[in-house]
Amino acid sequence: MTDVAPIPPITGTISLTVPVERAFAVFTGSINTWWPHQFHIGHADVEEVVLEPRVGGRWYERGVDGSECDWGRVLLWEPPHRLVFTWQINGSWQFDPDPDRASEIEAVFRADGSGSIVDVEHRLFERLDGGRAINDAINGGGGWALLLDSFATTVAHA
Amino acid sequence: MATYGDAQLGLLGDPSRRAIFELLARRPCSVQELADALPISRPAVSQHLRVLRDGGLVVSEADGTRRIHRLDPAGVGALRAWLDGVWSDALTSFHKLAETPPDVPDDPTEGTS
Repeated sequence: MTDVAPIPPITGTISLTVPVERAFAVFTGSINTWWPHQFHIGHADVEEVVLEPRVGGRWYERGVDGSECDWGRVLLWEPPHRLVFTWQINGSWQFDPDPDRASEIEAVFRADGSGSIVDVEHRLFERLDGGRAINDAINGGGGWALLLDSFATTVAHA
Repeated sequence: MATYGDAQLGLLGDPSRRAIFELLARRPCSVQELADALPISRPAVSQHLRVLRDGGLVVSEADGTRRIHRLDPAGVGALRAWLDGVWSDALTSFHKLAETPPDVPDDPTEGTS
């Protein structure tokens, strides 16, 4: 079907002292609070990050200038245990509306005593279109500098 | 604290790999050229290159008797590497927020230390 080699998923596991209901509620309802606003795609600074709470819901950023930039869609909405949504920003840093070229994020919430465990997996990167921008960025330098700056910020705060 | 995927964080979280990545962002290099530019051995460079290749960031091709390594211009490895950092920050932040009591008063009655 595809001649692109699989790219390893990004995975994370978080142990919480709060029950799954709260974990799910915070993950979905407060994504605007926990998603670091410096990570965004649009040109304007982020005013709000929105995840619409239903299958087919949009995941998008709204800039301080009112502009909206789509990131993905909700594929599965099973509170408080499971959520699957897509990341459809490609290598050109553009939203790609084709669902066949969407990477997926699955968050699974399970009880652990009186607390909970959340497993997050961002997968299917090989579906994304690498695009010209990465190529241009490598040859031009600008995009890489930006990417590395993002990394520096991340590592410093880790 | 959150136990965010350490294996993935290592992709560019490791200082040597990051240094190799930055050198290759400037121009394609052989293992020897990378080893000459860095305070690590040739075998160590090769090992880091293998990890970067597996992570989709670097491609290698034969040039006569040596192999030249470059950042993969067609891949989405860069995007993945960027998102790796994003998720690390995001999940750490999610962890903190989820553990924060929902009804924190504006005027806390307890000190922080």
